[in-house]
Amino acid sequence: MDQTRLRELEDQCIQECAPPCAAHCPVHVDVRALTSAVAGGDFQSAFKTLSKTIPFPEIIARTCDQPCQAACYRKTVGGDIQVAALELTSIQHSDHLIAKPMLLPRRDARVLIIGGGLSGLTAAFELVKKGYQVALYERENRLGGRLWNYPEDQLHGDVIQREIERIVDLGVKVHTNTEVTPLLVTTLQFDACYLGTGNSASNPFNLLTNPDHTLQVNMDTFQTSQANVFAGGSLLHTPSTIFSVSDGRRAAISIDRFLQNVSLTASRVNEGAYDTRLITNISKVEKVETIPLFKAGYSAKDAIEEAKRCLQCDCMECVKVCEYLKHYGSYPRKYVREIYNNLSIIMRTRTSNKMINSCTQCGLCAEVCPSDLNMGEVTHEVRQTMVKTNKMPPSAHDFALRDMAFSNDPRVALTLVPGEGSTCDALFFPGCQLTASNPEYIPQLYQSLASALPNLGVMLRCCGAPADWSGEENLFTQTMQEFKTQWLALGKPKLVLACTSCLRMFSTALPEMETISAWQVFEEHNLFPTGRQYTRPLAIHDPCTSRHVEAWQDAVRSGLDAMGIVHHELEMSRDLTECCGYGGVAWLAHPELVHDILNRRASEDNADYLTYCVMCRDLLAGKGKSTLHLLDLVYGKDLDQLARRKGPDYSQRHENRLRAKQKMIKLIAERDQPMTESYESYMLLLTPELRATLEDRLILIEDVQKVIEHAETTGESFKNQQTGHTLAFYKPNLITYWVEYSHEGDTWKVHNAYSHRMELEGGA
Amino acid sequence: MSNPSLESLKGQWTCGKCGSLLEVASVNVSYLGSGYPVDLLVCKNCKRPLVPAELALGKMLEVEKLMEDK
Ligand code: SF4
Ligand code: SF4
Ligand code: SF4
Ligand SMILES: [Zn+2]
Repeated sequence: MDQTRLRELEDQCIQECAPPCAAHCPVHVDVRALTSAVAGGDFQSAFKTLSKTIPFPEIIARTCDQPCQAACYRKTVGGDIQVAALELTSIQHSDHLIAKPMLLPRRDARVLIIGGGLSGLTAAFELVKKGYQVALYERENRLGGRLWNYPEDQLHGDVIQREIERIVDLGVKVHTNTEVTPLLVTTLQFDACYLGTGNSASNPFNLLTNPDHTLQVNMDTFQTSQANVFAGGSLLHTPSTIFSVSDGRRAAISIDRFLQNVSLTASRVNEGAYDTRLITNISKVEKVETIPLFKAGYSAKDAIEEAKRCLQCDCMECVKVCEYLKHYGSYPRKYVREIYNNLSIIMRTRTSNKMINSCTQCGLCAEVCPSDLNMGEVTHEVRQTMVKTNKMPPSAHDFALRDMAFSNDPRVALTLVPGEGSTCDALFFPGCQLTASNPEYIPQLYQSLASALPNLGVMLRCCGAPADWSGEENLFTQTMQEFKTQWLALGKPKLVLACTSCLRMFSTALPEMETISAWQVFEEHNLFPTGRQYTRPLAIHDPCTSRHVEAWQDAVRSGLDAMGIVHHELEMSRDLTECCGYGGVAWLAHPELVHDILNRRASEDNADYLTYCVMCRDLLAGKGKSTLHLLDLVYGKDLDQLARRKGPDYSQRHENRLRAKQKMIKLIAERDQPMTESYESYMLLLTPELRATLEDRLILIEDVQKVIEHAETTGESFKNQQTGHTLAFYKPNLITYWVEYSHEGDTWKVHNAYSHRMELEGGA
Repeated sequence: MSNPSLESLKGQWTCGKCGSLLEVASVNVSYLGSGYPVDLLVCKNCKRPLVPAELALGKMLEVEKLMEDK
């Protein structure tokens, strides 16, 4: 990820875009902060928010035409927020004191302001603050211009006078009763001028006009045909106090730039009112009607109620649906920056490794994101970079990768075709995890499929998903290559799959290969049994890798119908489905997070779940959610028990793969395949508690057996004088395993086992 | 790396290969290219060190994680 990509990704997340109210307000009052303060009864800080942006808070609160309301997300669910009335209430219920602003050091340049209305006064205010010498000329005998046309009960003269005085007191030289004529202009000394006279008729500089006699003014810089003269206010548009303030401020920015001789146009995006990119989802917002105004204002209590209606608009769509994004307390714009920083760290601790490795890469974020940002792709890409640059923690995915290596070891993997030939027309590829969880289903499923698909071969191995998820590009390519070589030798058979993760891997790496799900074969050939029954309500949990794989989603549903199983949809289903936490190897990086992910998913519906990914099933059932695999309905007997069963532990999963291989060899080649490794003769005895502890420590029964075999054949061990236990270690690869055991009759009683990655002088 | 349980283990363990009582010695442990000395029980004859469970599951694991994030 380079700077450019980071910027692109940051820009893609709209969470920090202004809400429509602030964007459409031409001076960008932070309406969200204001309503949130009022909602909390904190009128003082609401007033602070207002007066920070507007030099005449009360004049504006009483006269603003509220362009902020134009795109308010509350509009269609009860009516737009009464922002101006809330502003007024915040003035009435606070001390409404405005601290005198800091003035910058004196600058000699002189600015002439013609017209003492709101735009001229704002320009004067902004330029005095910057230290310029400001002289203001007004034709009438008082400042304020059109403000005096408002009825007294809306805008009292006292308010006008008070708020204007505060500006003038900062050091503006005011000349009232003075019309600036072309003659007077020639006698005045100034470096720049702001023209805010309210109409184009007075044109003392003889500036160029349009055919309709209005002044020619650049609407981005407010510059006129004379370089040092700028114009704005009601001579540009229909009178609006807030647009006059905005014009005065923006023209002052131009005048400052002009006097400092820098570009008038550089980086001035979204200065006036604009359309924001922020999108707020209001589909779940309950309607609440506008609190009625009383004489254009509110009581404190009513103001609080009205302010509470504000939706505090933001996006957060992905964070709302993803436990992972929620867990880290922020949102993707911030996360991509954090990830980028993590990659760039050279000498310090990289604190975001775990965060990067905890995304399930399920892609749900992209489904709900208004601008399709896919954090799964981002973390995937970043993991690849970490692997390539040797920055991936070695222990991060090691266990999953070794599990994959085990599945693809010649001792465990199997490729077999029926009959005498060496090719097949279709190839059943159940996937390593279905094989590990339910080895008994593999021959059953093969037989069902073979009844419809002649010359059906079988291949037991892992598709390579763990390598892909871990960012191990080379390993993944190599794994796919091994598969492809075999597939070509088999005569490019159509692949019959039972796992959507396998499908995802194959369709990415070998798009030319034809695939079909076992469920589609069942559907096409009427292989689903009929008249099945399940006693409790059943909701479908689609695996996350089934997203956008409609053919599989549909086949499962029609399969359920065919079997007579009543089922319903979860709110987040099909393309909006959630990951169980197995995806992206998140379960290894962050088990506590996966616990939350599963609890969230499990509690979405009271029904039992039905799924067609065995890892989803095992993980959900492991958290106490009764969950069936589609195959349980096809082949299972005691469905209650099947829905509640816990999945096998890691050691059992290894053994199951071996057992499935034996069964398939027996079924297709009709021969027995003894497959015992020497260490398997060490019969272990260990309590269920210790077995669970070893599972947590990612230590397999075969690891324990290897240590004992090593100790017993070499004598390399330690003896405890008090307990008589033996303690020994063995280091088959990068990890050193230690086992404390004793020999009891035919068996080896295991008292403890643990491991470490650090290496010791002396071999451990 | 300190190893508080060392004293309590001393005198309990003998070497399975040569039968001698294990003694405390400083052993170098290393991971991802960095190493530290640590006091462990060792068979002086066979040079094999004993890593107790508390050390492997505690301090060692902690240091492993730390070094992996460096
Ligand atoms: S100043 Fe006007 S446009 Fe801006 S937020 Fe307030 S009421 Fe809305
Ligand atoms: S609901 Fe609140 S934050 Fe959203 S647009 Fe309206 S005023 Fe702004
Ligand atoms: S890919 Fe899935 S887990 Fe990762 S951020 Fe997106 S929704 Fe969350
Ligand atoms: Zn010895």
